[in-house]
Amino acid sequence: MEHLNRGGFDFDLCNRNNVLEKTGLKMKGFMKTGTTIVGVVYKGGVVLGADTRATEGPIVADKNCEKIHYIADNIYCCGAGTAADTESATALISSKLKLHKLSTGKETRVITALTMLKQMLFKYQGHISAALILGGIDINGPSLHTIYPHGSTDQLPYVTMGSGSLAAMGVFEAKYKNDMTKEEAIALVAEAISSGIFNDLGSGSNVDVTVIETTGVTILRNYQTPNERKFRNNPYIFKQGTTPVLKQDVAPLSTKVVIEDIMMS
Amino acid sequence: MEAPEWLDNAVDLGTSIMAVEFDGGVIMGADSRTTTGAYIANRVTNKITPIHERIYCCRSGSAADTQAISDYVRYYLEMHTSELCDDPDVKTAASLFQLLCYSNKNNLMAGIIVAGWDKHQGGSVYNISLGGSMVKQPFAIGGSGSTYIYGYCDSKFKPKMTKDECIEFVQNSLALAMFRDGSSGGVIRLCIIDKNGVERRMIPGNNLPRFWEG
Repeated sequence: MEHLNRGGFDFDLCNRNNVLEKTGLKMKGFMKTGTTIVGVVYKGGVVLGADTRATEGPIVADKNCEKIHYIADNIYCCGAGTAADTESATALISSKLKLHKLSTGKETRVITALTMLKQMLFKYQGHISAALILGGIDINGPSLHTIYPHGSTDQLPYVTMGSGSLAAMGVFEAKYKNDMTKEEAIALVAEAISSGIFNDLGSGSNVDVTVIETTGVTILRNYQTPNERKFRNNPYIFKQGTTPVLKQDVAPLSTKVVIEDIMMS
Repeated sequence: MEAPEWLDNAVDLGTSIMAVEFDGGVIMGADSRTTTGAYIANRVTNKITPIHERIYCCRSGSAADTQAISDYVRYYLEMHTSELCDDPDVKTAASLFQLLCYSNKNNLMAGIIVAGWDKHQGGSVYNISLGGSMVKQPFAIGGSGSTYIYGYCDSKFKPKMTKDECIEFVQNSLALAMFRDGSSGGVIRLCIIDKNGVERRMIPGNNLPRFWEG
């Protein structure tokens, strides 16, 4: 009988994986973006910020990944959680929005992207591990939303998500004010991301900033790079003869190892 | 790096919510705290969501579940309004909530209070609890914080209160619940619905009624 392909997740192999794990086989981890992502509404637009570290357990898999994803010309989305999930969720909704725009003939609205994302995530009941900050500007003005993996959303003037969200929220709660200028908003976002980078182990490397306003989008990739790697100034090159040779012993390999040619049938 | 546990917890509306009927309308009230584990994800949440022009609902339980359910009910009610060519009754909205909550009870965690004004019954309050049972009550309380104020509400409630008495009753009850329940807090959001329309109010944390604080 043919297996019906009904779409969605296939959990058939979960039993097998559990048995394998019990016999001692170490399962490969998946890449999570440890992450600090933030968003702030200012007078005239939205500023989104993100760090650039992608982790696979304790290892940094990517030191300069991009966490601010394009959704539409006027809408961008920061993603925390499993990198594959945030990437594919945002790409799917970006594609659906383009088709929606072509079929309606109207400029895309932020709440359209929000509704599409939340309905998809709710349908998958939290198995798609994508925690998103959606920001954009449309006919109703600038707006900023958080979307949690289970599908709930909040609309707020300033938001933080990811493992570094507590560090970043501390900066926001201390320094946010209404109707900031663009420069103040960018500085505040950079400070909040830096707080996440330096106080959270899951976040690190550089600060990415994206500014969305009515006149357009400004992408400030690697706006700050406070963690550039350092190179050695004096190379380790020493003159021949610096280390004295006391004894030398040369033995050809054939005295230690037998090399044979075997004919494969 | 091990991710903190609150990253994986579902977003919960810890919550204290209530609604009271008065002659000519209803008062609805809610706190404003949404938690993921021990972290407050949103300290200014709006838990009183519009379903129709004069029908609102207070949400408690899982944030994702209640948002999805109220979106569905809003959609179904709008279709119904189109076909009815008239404003819907609060009972209709409550029945739609019950239909969704009962038939999906295994997959949902949602405690909802539906309240509003319609021209047939005036103000009405319906309480739909976790299993999907619907009860019409003169006043209803819900959420984790409500457990602390059952006694207070039973002792303070009188039938046929005026609008201002009801507002004071809601404010005091919610303040007491928010004070004792860790999952409730922030500001009090009020919604006053009568035949003339809807008025929304917000009482910030420092203006809450104060009681014995030791």
